[in-house]
Amino acid sequence: MTEAVITVEDAHKTYGTRPALNGLHLHVGRGTVHAVLGPNGAGKTTLVRILSTLLRPDGGRIEVAGHDVTTQPRAVRRRIGLLGQYAALDEQLDGRQNLEMFGRLHHLGARHARVRAAELLERFDLTGTGRTPVARYSGGMRRRLDLAASLITDPEVLFLDEPTTGLDPRGRAEVWSAVRSLAGAGTTVLLTTQYLEEADLLADRIAFVDHGRVVAGGTPDELKTLTGGDRIDIVLRDAGLLGAAVALLPLPGTSVDADRRLLSIPVTDRTAALPAAVRALEQAGIEAEDIALRRPTLDEVFLHLTGPDGRTAGVAA
Amino acid sequence: MTTCALTDCWTMTRRELAHWARQPGQLLVALVFPVMLLLMFGYLIGGGRGVHGHYVDYLVPGMLALTMAFGLEGTMLAVTQDLTKGVIDRFRSLPMADGAVLVGRSAADMLQSAAALALTAAVAYALGWRAHGGPGAFLAAAGLLLLFRFAMLWTGIHLALVAGRPEMVQAVQILVWPVGFLSNAIAARESMPQWLGTVVQWSPLSQTATAVRDLLGSPGGEPGHIWPAVLWPLALLAVFFPLAVRRFARLGR
Repeated sequence: MTEAVITVEDAHKTYGTRPALNGLHLHVGRGTVHAVLGPNGAGKTTLVRILSTLLRPDGGRIEVAGHDVTTQPRAVRRRIGLLGQYAALDEQLDGRQNLEMFGRLHHLGARHARVRAAELLERFDLTGTGRTPVARYSGGMRRRLDLAASLITDPEVLFLDEPTTGLDPRGRAEVWSAVRSLAGAGTTVLLTTQYLEEADLLADRIAFVDHGRVVAGGTPDELKTLTGGDRIDIVLRDAGLLGAAVALLPLPGTSVDADRRLLSIPVTDRTAALPAAVRALEQAGIEAEDIALRRPTLDEVFLHLTGPDGRTAGVAA
Repeated sequence: MTTCALTDCWTMTRRELAHWARQPGQLLVALVFPVMLLLMFGYLIGGGRGVHGHYVDYLVPGMLALTMAFGLEGTMLAVTQDLTKGVIDRFRSLPMADGAVLVGRSAADMLQSAAALALTAAVAYALGWRAHGGPGAFLAAAGLLLLFRFAMLWTGIHLALVAGRPEMVQAVQILVWPVGFLSNAIAARESMPQWLGTVVQWSPLSQTATAVRDLLGSPGGEPGHIWPAVLWPLALLAVFFPLAVRRFARLGR
């Protein structure tokens, strides 16, 4: 891996008696987009709040851009941008006032702050908002201004905590394209998400987090092979024959979806397995409507890792 | 570093001024409220229990001091409201000076209080209240009142940081009234049972009111009350200012 810009080693954080982070390890390389994926309550937000110095960890070594978040928070703050789950804006002020204020608090100086605010308003298509207070912005506009506010100093590291939650498809696409262009310009991005699609689409590497620790990590492709690689999806014409088909193709990890008359079979040797399955079904006289070979989705990886009852399976990162 | 701290505080003060420009109604209510109190006690409730001399002359310094004390709840409400907003996370993730958010709040509240003092005094003048003593005594009295307000302000900020939520302020809003009236602001100590009079005498609010009356030559003034009116607020500040700044810096720990 390239030089680590974010280093998290054995991070612990407990709220009362409930552990939010429980020995979490994470390394994020410079200039990469790293997705932290996990269900609600997995510890994603806690991790981002600790990395952005808003929350103090109970234990562990945590460094961002070469500085310890606990002992050198101000040095960390100079190098990061944060887009939290909720808009971190002054609702009574307009967009320009917000950006100028944050620019001044970054010590850009009055003139520079003004110029930077104008640039960002232009870049995020907010020049038409004029003196309208943020309280009257739409959800998408608010998100764009929030993102602009987190980019005032071209941060070395950008944290995005569920950046597209609650956005409509257009707003989501806007955030995605912004993340891509930032990553293209060399910004290191750590984003949390509940959407596997989003992680798959944006991230160079993904860390699955559950119960305050990373249960699996790697590139999206590496993770997809974790569930046993490719799968064959077979849709039968007659749902009544699903049982017979499973008996015919006895492979571990086969899943059955009766509503969709779908049989999903994990395979290791894709070229041999597909014709074998087709032949076996033909010989048994079971008619298939559709047969397809595909890579597993991250949803399947996720379910595989967290187990059917939502408990983490014994898979090490 | 220090210059940054100063510009940060100024930026945060400007934020509050911009809020006033956006919503002048709130500022107006804050300014008119003490005038209303003055009119209520001067004319509606009036009477002046145990007061020798003109009641208005007695009441005005007390009312001004009471206004300063009531400022506590306004400060508290503003801080708790700010804390529940997302913007506080942005401030805390910026490389700004630790206390700047709170100093901005206190600068704005002090400006507002100075304006409220001036307006209330002007209305009182129109009602026939006269300050005796020279301009020096007048300025000293204003200084004591604002010092008291400053102490109430940081007490309010600390209480707000401890309470955390705006709903908690309601309890304080209810308590502020009896605690405020547990003073010689509107009625003389001599009119009260002796034990109550003793409590009242020790209230910081009473100390400031008495000192202001003394400086302005109003009824109810007692010489020798200037020092308590300086020391009480300073003592409160010595306790609550560092506590509040520390508590804010440690949010999230």
